[in-house]
Amino acid sequence: MGSPLRIVNGRVYDPANGVNGAVQDVCVRDGKIVADVPPDAKRIDAAGMVVMPGGIDIHCHIAGPKVNLARKVQPETHQDDVQLRTRLTRSGTGGTVPSTFATGYRYATLGYTTAMEAAVTPLGARHTLEEFHDTPVLDKGFFVLVGNNLLLYRLLQEGRREELRHALAWWLKVTKAYAPKLVNPGGDEMWKGQRNANITSLDDKIGSFDLTPRRVIAAFIEAGNELGLPHPVHIHCNNLGHSGNVETTLETMRLAEGRRAHIAHIQFHSYGAAAGKSQSNPTSRARDIIEYINTHPNISADVGAVMFGPATIMTGDAPLAYMLRRFGGNKWVNADTENESGCGIVPFRYQDRVYTNALQWAIGLELLLLSEDPWRMVFSTDHPNGGSFMSYPRLIRLLMDRGYRKEQMAHVNQKALDRSALRDCQEREYSLSEIAIITRAGPARLLGLTDKGHLGVGADADVTIYEEDEDKEKMFSAPRYVIKDGELIIEDHELRADHQGRLLHVAPDYDPQIEQVIEPFFEDFYTIRFANYPVDDRYVPNGQIIPTTPSVAAAPATAGTRT
Amino acid sequence: MGENLKVVRDATCTFCGCVCDDMHLTVDLDQKRIMKAENACILGKAWFREHGIEERPLALIGGRTATTEEAVEAAAQILAQARFPLIYGLSDTTCEAQRVAVAIADMIGGTVDTTTSVCHGPSGIAFEGVGESTASLGEIKNRADLVVFWGGNPAEAHPRLFSRYAVTPKGMFIPNGRKDRTVVLVDVRRTPSTPAADIFIQVKPRSDFEVLWALRALVKGRKVDPSIERRTGVSLAVLEDLVARMKSCRFGVFLFGMGLTMNRGRHFNSGALLALATDLNEFTHWVAKPVRGHGNVTGADNVVSWQTGFPFGVNFSRGYPRFNPGEFTSVDLLTRREADAALIIASDPADNFPKAAIEHLRRIPVITLDPKATPTTQLAQVAFTTATYGINVSGTVYRMDDVPITLRPAFESPYPSDEQVLTAIRDRVRALLGGNRLPAGAPVAAAS
Repeated sequence: MGSPLRIVNGRVYDPANGVNGAVQDVCVRDGKIVADVPPDAKRIDAAGMVVMPGGIDIHCHIAGPKVNLARKVQPETHQDDVQLRTRLTRSGTGGTVPSTFATGYRYATLGYTTAMEAAVTPLGARHTLEEFHDTPVLDKGFFVLVGNNLLLYRLLQEGRREELRHALAWWLKVTKAYAPKLVNPGGDEMWKGQRNANITSLDDKIGSFDLTPRRVIAAFIEAGNELGLPHPVHIHCNNLGHSGNVETTLETMRLAEGRRAHIAHIQFHSYGAAAGKSQSNPTSRARDIIEYINTHPNISADVGAVMFGPATIMTGDAPLAYMLRRFGGNKWVNADTENESGCGIVPFRYQDRVYTNALQWAIGLELLLLSEDPWRMVFSTDHPNGGSFMSYPRLIRLLMDRGYRKEQMAHVNQKALDRSALRDCQEREYSLSEIAIITRAGPARLLGLTDKGHLGVGADADVTIYEEDEDKEKMFSAPRYVIKDGELIIEDHELRADHQGRLLHVAPDYDPQIEQVIEPFFEDFYTIRFANYPVDDRYVPNGQIIPTTPSVAAAPATAGTRT
Repeated sequence: MGENLKVVRDATCTFCGCVCDDMHLTVDLDQKRIMKAENACILGKAWFREHGIEERPLALIGGRTATTEEAVEAAAQILAQARFPLIYGLSDTTCEAQRVAVAIADMIGGTVDTTTSVCHGPSGIAFEGVGESTASLGEIKNRADLVVFWGGNPAEAHPRLFSRYAVTPKGMFIPNGRKDRTVVLVDVRRTPSTPAADIFIQVKPRSDFEVLWALRALVKGRKVDPSIERRTGVSLAVLEDLVARMKSCRFGVFLFGMGLTMNRGRHFNSGALLALATDLNEFTHWVAKPVRGHGNVTGADNVVSWQTGFPFGVNFSRGYPRFNPGEFTSVDLLTRREADAALIIASDPADNFPKAAIEHLRRIPVITLDPKATPTTQLAQVAFTTATYGINVSGTVYRMDDVPITLRPAFESPYPSDEQVLTAIRDRVRALLGGNRLPAGAPVAAAS
């Protein structure tokens, strides 16, 4: 936990507690922020520096089966970007999909202390936890894929909504997940079962099931809200990347009907269709999306900004990855998981001269610059889909420095800018406080992590100290100090200690009777035994259960019939 | 049979890459033996029957009996002094042990390599070139209506690939099981697997690549000259028939073995097959899966990949992972007499490596971890007897389709696990070196 610590003379940005650049002390003891420490406690002089809570990535892809496939398929990206071992820390390799140790250390060297892996098949939960074990420094959690789950489809098709809720709770608990995730609901079943087809609208029939994405999404939003999860259902909408998908996105948000829902990487879902001949070309509809979010406090989103340069498409949306395969330098990975999901991987590069890529870049910035509530439109690149997390400092500079932004705009495809509204929001510059919200306080609040994203007494002592600099990219690239759970991990920009973070997960109650519905399905359609499926506590040496606040009791299910 | 019987339900067989987790074991706790293994195939039955507890010393140093602690000290001294050590094997132990083995390689700046380099290594290289469309075994069970085995003999090597996963089982969209599937077998000769197939295609030895490339051409609508038959032994008509079937099925799968990867062409063969599966996705759903041999070779690929970015043949001597098959793969390192020490875990290279490589193993200090006496343990300077994974030790194993499963051990062993021994070695080496060894010329600041 480290010895007691007093950070003095720094300008503190703690928006959750209304602190906006005031020079005040921050005290740390036993891994927590405390009111005071003894006078002989170690001091960090943060004069000329900015003190913020540790960064929190609400949506990234850093561990588990698909991430490891993406690592393996790109050896050429590892060899020129290496992580040297030190006396204390492990070596690794980088690229857009770094090895586990490199991932943890590199997040830490940007001042991040928490990250959420955004798409894990339930069958891959154990693998993900094994990788987390080898991902240092960060506190971590993962969102478990439930939107293409065939048992849940059967329950929903038969109108067994109560059992759907219990089964969802069971799946969250036995996989040690943090939140439920929907990815292109219905799309994977169309892909695997209907000769590589896809869903095109919320009212398409899902393969041989008497279901539509509309019913699936509505049911999961309802179940997630009833379970009182700290983070609501996390939705990757249908039609990602397709021109004109804005209507699907707006319709999906309306399905929430006032209940909480989070829309992932919404930039990829904010496209109109050009009129006339170039119909397949997307246009920006960021304004319609952000207006809806600005006026609907039940909806939150992470932006999923695109940064020029190398990226890796890795997604549970298998048909999308197939569509993009021609950009992958002849490499394409597809991986189907029985009864649960699909997965696609394509190496990718966003180019500023390419119309679509430039438009995507512009839309990400538009959404952030037009957002009126930074607490609900938070920072992400959907790492590594929109670009590596290592590009976060540059994205921060684009938001904080309009001169720099203007300069960058001059280099990109101008036709794309014509189809966006980016030129209309040139004035806005994010303040340090707003950056602290979209990268820390906001994600913590959306995730329901009450001990994170702020520096109030009792908060986790995850603190980042940046040297102030006119060049915000430089400033956010290499914090002077990073404190994790009260321990000084980075000092004078260098890793000084290794650290094992926690697994953040939920454990909602469910009616045990639901197992009698689930087990027969396993006997028939899985190739792993029901008894061997739940992940046991050995995979969570350092876990923290985040409580749920259910609005419906875990009442007995109505029927235990075989599905 | 003793009085003290126990039944372990849903235990896992780690003999082959099928990693079947539906074993119901009857264990005689007094005799420390597994009397019965319900659901096991003939190979699994033998695996469980033959892994009782033998009377072996905990460790041998230079052929003399030693304690585990003494052997840890001897092993740590060898590894700490070595300049170019090799860590090899790992496919028959848990991921927890594999993780520590890679950590040791990183710490001392050695090389870590797994049995993948002598089995499906070419498939791993092909994967890096073209990617792969693949699926978990349950998708094959639930959906595959066209199953093509290529260069393998599952009836003898992976019997339950037929009965549990890919041929006879009923699945969600395959309600009649075997009747709903067409099974094709491609091989250079008839084997006990042949009768299981509806269609047997016999290719001339060393012509798999030509057959696969011709299939790719036909799938893309190109012309193939009938002389293909002279070269490959397969007529154009047979190829055209297969292509028609492959394009019209609903869910097709290639399950390919070492008959393809360890044949003339190696990773070109695997690459051609993976590319063919990719091409077929223009028409319908297609996946491919290398059929893996050792129980946790897939776990080894995964662990080495997530820790280093590369699947096997990884060297750390410059302070970071480098991958170069042919340079850092074990047979090559040993044959060129480069390794100056070797830590061999759960593997028996002295039994199956080329002669020149084995000769070099005899020249250098070798440390082994194995439950049994093998040709490799017999040439070792330090030989640990360890408990058997899946029978005495829990932990994680990855099935050939990357699905991780937690082991349920049947009875306790007096011997330590691989993970325990490796952890003790790692801690002792770390103490001897004062932390990770830094390569010459490493920045001083990083050493603090």
